[in-house]
Amino acid sequence: MTLKSIDELKALRARLEKETFRDDVPRIRACCGTACTASGSGKVMDALASEAQRRGAEVDIVRTGCQGLCQKGPVMLMEPQGVFYQKVRPEHAPWLLGYTVLGGVPFRQGLYRDDILSEPKAHVVDIPFYQKQLRVALRNNGKIDPRNIHHYIAVGGYAALEKALSSMSPDAVLDEVDKANLRGRGGAGFPAGKKWRHTKNAGIAGGRAPKFVIANGDEGDPGAFMDRAVMEGDPHSLLEGMLLCAYAIGGRYGLIYVRHEYPLAVKNLGIAIKQAGEMGLLGKNILGRGFDFTVDIREGAGAFVCGESTALIASLEGERGFPRPRPPRLSEPGGGAWGYPSNLNNIESYACVPPIVLNGPDWFRSIGTEGSPGTKVFALTGKVKNTGLVEVPMGITLREIIFDIGGGIMGGRKFKAVQTGGPSGGCIPEAYLDMPVDFDSLTKVGSMMGSGGLVVMDEDTCMVDVAKFFLSFTQSESCGKCPPCRIGTYQMLEILNRITGGKGTAGDLERLEDLAKQVQAASLCGLGQGAPTPVLSTLRYFREEYEEHVHDKFCRAKVCKGLGMFTIDSEECFLCGLCKEACAFDAVKETRRGFYIDQDYCTKCKACYQACPVGAVKVGPAAKKTLVREGKK
Amino acid sequence: MKTEEIEKLDIDKAIGTVSEALSQSQKKRGLLIYAFQQIQKEYNYLPEEALRALSKKLDVPLSDVYGTASFYKHFYFNPRGKNIVCVCVGTACHVRGADNVLAKIEEDFGIKEGETTADMSLTLETVGCVGCCGLAPVVSVNEEVVGEVTPKKVSGIIGKVKAAK
Repeated sequence: MTLKSIDELKALRARLEKETFRDDVPRIRACCGTACTASGSGKVMDALASEAQRRGAEVDIVRTGCQGLCQKGPVMLMEPQGVFYQKVRPEHAPWLLGYTVLGGVPFRQGLYRDDILSEPKAHVVDIPFYQKQLRVALRNNGKIDPRNIHHYIAVGGYAALEKALSSMSPDAVLDEVDKANLRGRGGAGFPAGKKWRHTKNAGIAGGRAPKFVIANGDEGDPGAFMDRAVMEGDPHSLLEGMLLCAYAIGGRYGLIYVRHEYPLAVKNLGIAIKQAGEMGLLGKNILGRGFDFTVDIREGAGAFVCGESTALIASLEGERGFPRPRPPRLSEPGGGAWGYPSNLNNIESYACVPPIVLNGPDWFRSIGTEGSPGTKVFALTGKVKNTGLVEVPMGITLREIIFDIGGGIMGGRKFKAVQTGGPSGGCIPEAYLDMPVDFDSLTKVGSMMGSGGLVVMDEDTCMVDVAKFFLSFTQSESCGKCPPCRIGTYQMLEILNRITGGKGTAGDLERLEDLAKQVQAASLCGLGQGAPTPVLSTLRYFREEYEEHVHDKFCRAKVCKGLGMFTIDSEECFLCGLCKEACAFDAVKETRRGFYIDQDYCTKCKACYQACPVGAVKVGPAAKKTLVREGKK
Repeated sequence: MKTEEIEKLDIDKAIGTVSEALSQSQKKRGLLIYAFQQIQKEYNYLPEEALRALSKKLDVPLSDVYGTASFYKHFYFNPRGKNIVCVCVGTACHVRGADNVLAKIEEDFGIKEGETTADMSLTLETVGCVGCCGLAPVVSVNEEVVGEVTPKKVSGIIGKVKAAK
């Protein structure tokens, strides 16, 4: 049915609020995001449905978007009991229904535990992962079925649009966003209100031109998936944010650029756009207020650089995804898509807009810090116990995120560094763990917020290898337009390859640093300017590890191949001989008393190290070889 | 989209509602990437005849068509295998040992990343991130994502792909 006026939307919401999530029906909110689907949530859902049917139980099963705790998937929440289940298997279905839904008691085997020895925690409010979170952008993720617009309306969706269209002028909406000081969630933290105003005021010579509202869902950063969660789990909140932006700046066309690695996001967005169109929330004369706005989806084609605004525009236009120098900015005539003034924001930024319009800027400013109000979604990954998506107020410390929400390091190992901001961000050492996180503080310590990836590293991670990894990523994703980025990153990578391969020489670190600074200063776009950051930040905080690689030919994390001196500890060796079998170069020699490694034959391939069942093969700093003149002692 | 269907492509419909604001040449150019994706969905790569037909249909020089397609990693100019195994080498997967997974698969099939087996049964690729970092390391087989890949699970994946030949 099509909604022709604001009153019709209000009436529909009133009806849906009563009907959709009824209190008297038990409900299972099961995660069907990409990660939980990969862990087998599809089969669990089928098992639950058929079990409910067999027992004749009335259960409302909601297939929600990502609930955050991806590591423990498939996860689900039982209501009204508030019991949280993790790692659910299809064979658990009879118990889940029998115990919790019908009996009201938790099913012990499916509950969350901090570790194997501690008591399981039944209720979602007790789980530390969820305790410190505050959900604004992800407010509906895990609550509603993203493929059902009625669910979204029932939880207060499109209420902000309703408020804006019925009682606010476009300028008033813009002022609210401006006052809230919403900073772009894509990484740079540019105030959204300023950007919107600039686009709004951009005229085009010779009459009114259509303006574009573009959502950047080209989330190419390895280790970040917050935009995916919004597009998959709550696509209507993105659409509502874009609608509000279009209303404020006078936008006519909307485009959502999604990367092709996210098929589920494309599918759910497509469904959402179709449903909103049918309801009259997109299209011509929206809710009878004479406001037109339509949205199309564009799929990317696997180029990281297309996350850069000008490159994204080029890609939309069907060109090679090259960035270009600014000005003209996107918001200026001649700068945006096909030359029309365009407003480009990140998915998460748009998702934050409806609550701001609904609750007012003061509410938004009450969360987070002075300079960076609101919340931020982080993708917590790497060697941390509870990986997944977390949304926390700005100003929280890294320690709280990693140790309280994330549950600490896997396997009880020692924390070494956390990498923020994806390939353009830096590594932050333990010393800064208690620093409050916001846009400015991260920049100050040589990293950046980026899109919000947090990759945690423990003592088994080699920082030189990490820097090399990021650089090889940016080097292969460099579009090749400007030489500092194209040639500079290649040369930097060569030096790093040399260092990790055990061929580093004195002066390499200085050369690397010098080169990094030049690439940073001279590159055209954010990709090139950000590419040296991982190298510079690791050089700043973990220089001694680099020096070990260069001078001692030793990698303390034992990650880099071709480094270190391999020896067999005769105290620990129990003479199984597996190392000798594993060695392809006959470097492991056998004597009557035991085994030893002949350094002249050893190629440092690590085969013996991996073969030893008791860890008797040791890797240490290489012995210094010095040439001594004959006859001299 | 098959080569024969390119001729019948409805430009206004395919580009969506923005078509009102664009000139004919802008629309045609803007469709290029969409068309590549549709062609690749059909053939798993971009055959030369299809690109020639596309160049004619959209009035974009063939050199430009090729230039644009070759910029994007997602488009291929050589036929690919029936099964596509894609190892994620993103940051989270890298930290949790994606290299070992890749090496194991490479060893088992005797091909390097980016290559296809001689019998066209499998293509091995790497990807920057599939956004399942919570389950790292991740391998995707065709469209299905397999998480927390251990050496044992790798063998399972390999067995499954070999059986699917």
